[in-house]
Amino acid sequence: MSVAPLFHIRGLTKSLGGRPILRGIDLDVRRGEVLCVIGPSGSGKSTLIRCLNFIEIPDGGEIQFDGHPVVVGPDLDRHRAQVGMVFQKFNLFPHLTVLRNLTLAPMQVLGLGAAEAVVRARDLLGRVGLGDREGAFPAELSGGQQQRVAIARALAMRPKAMLFDEVTSALDPELVGEVLEVMKGLARDGMTMVVVTHHMKFAVEVGHRVVFLEGGVIAEEGEPRELLEKPKNPRLKEFLGHLI
Amino acid sequence: MDPKPWLEILPRALANTALLTVTSLAVGLVLGLIVGLARIGPIKPLRIAAAVYVELIRGIPLAVQIFYIYYGFGYLIRKVYNPNPFVSATAAFGICYAAYIAEIFRAGFQSLDRGQTEAARALGLTRRQALRHVLLPQAFRNILPALGNEGIALLKDTSLASVVTISELTQSGKALASLTLRFFEVWTVIALCYIALTLPLSWGVRRLEARLRVRGATLPH
Ligand SMILES: Nc1ncnc2c1ncn2[C@@H]1O[C@H](COP(=O)(O)OP(=O)(O)OP(=O)(O)O)[C@@H](O)[C@H]1O
Ligand SMILES: [Mg+2]
Repeated sequence: MSVAPLFHIRGLTKSLGGRPILRGIDLDVRRGEVLCVIGPSGSGKSTLIRCLNFIEIPDGGEIQFDGHPVVVGPDLDRHRAQVGMVFQKFNLFPHLTVLRNLTLAPMQVLGLGAAEAVVRARDLLGRVGLGDREGAFPAELSGGQQQRVAIARALAMRPKAMLFDEVTSALDPELVGEVLEVMKGLARDGMTMVVVTHHMKFAVEVGHRVVFLEGGVIAEEGEPRELLEKPKNPRLKEFLGHLI
Repeated sequence: MDPKPWLEILPRALANTALLTVTSLAVGLVLGLIVGLARIGPIKPLRIAAAVYVELIRGIPLAVQIFYIYYGFGYLIRKVYNPNPFVSATAAFGICYAAYIAEIFRAGFQSLDRGQTEAARALGLTRRQALRHVLLPQAFRNILPALGNEGIALLKDTSLASVVTISELTQSGKALASLTLRFFEVWTVIALCYIALTLPLSWGVRRLEARLRVRGATLPH
């Protein structure tokens, strides 16, 4: 077993629309770690995790994944295939059934045969509690169900890590729990997860570590309970105060 | 009334109009998709070229384009290729309609949520795979009514092919009218022939729309 971190990030910078958003991020994500990212709106949380799979191309710094530097080029698609991402707005493919949402990328990207892809998809749908909805179209599902399909779709690629960007923010409050449950299950199974979230309870219960992003840098990081229940950083204190 | 000239002329005219529509539409769709993609693609020179193409073509009357290709361009290349009216007309209609269809495709792609591309790329799909499996099917579904309109407009515009001596419906109407001198009957029948072609076309497009409509989907926002 390798002890090298799965993500090794040094000096990551990114500007959007001429404005510096990330001003030098140093961060390691260990294998099997659940890292929660918190911070005020506009602090660059989404930008940070979008840089991790190069959906947003970093301006500067280095990202190593699984011991290899990630660079723009022909290998980028392979990197993306190894890192699952779940979005706030689900972004399911509306013209495809639930099952086809899950089989598309494994067949196209990994070259899986249809039969194998279907077996894999059905297994995952069962795991997220949607075994009976494989023939449905996304628009026929509730938000919570759609988000669980989106998680299963990402998992169908057998990724080494999963990125979650405020995946419960677009959900009605009563549907948040079912999605968080799926994420807890993943964490229990040892998935490496980077989770942008406003759920401090989730961070405390599931997270191994929390980083507080502020002004484009990591202003504070630590063990969730300690960091969130006894914040020392005045900015973090203020941020947590706002949430209550 | 002698039915012979009618039976000799009309079926071939109908077939020619239908064939000219189908081939021109095929050229227009393929070329239109390519130009539309170039227009929103990542390569700047292609974007500019596509924009120029669209603006130029839209500024020239269709009849002039047909003359231009058959008589003008055809004259230029007469040494190596003897211009064929049907090929010339297909090229002219295809090139012209591609400009409009490109704009429809462009709008269709641009109306899609950015999240669709991001989700596809995040799964490791290449640009081309994302286009083929995620973006194009959705864009196509959205623009199908507009494409249907183009198809019907094109069908009617094929009457301009009479200027390059193709015996399509309009040209044949003239021939039949001068032959039979039954002007009212001839042009009534010709009009009905056009309707006989446009109706199935719009019906087919509606059928396709219904087939591609996704269950549970609400009106596009
Ligand atoms: N394409 C863009 N062009 C210019 N500015 C952008 C662009 N995308 C995002 N931004 C800005 O970058 C900043 C950081 O955005 P980001 O989405 O990373 O923040 P965030 O921490 O995820 O915020 P939130 O909690 O609201 O999701 C914001 O101020 C946002 O307005
Ligand atoms: Mg965000």
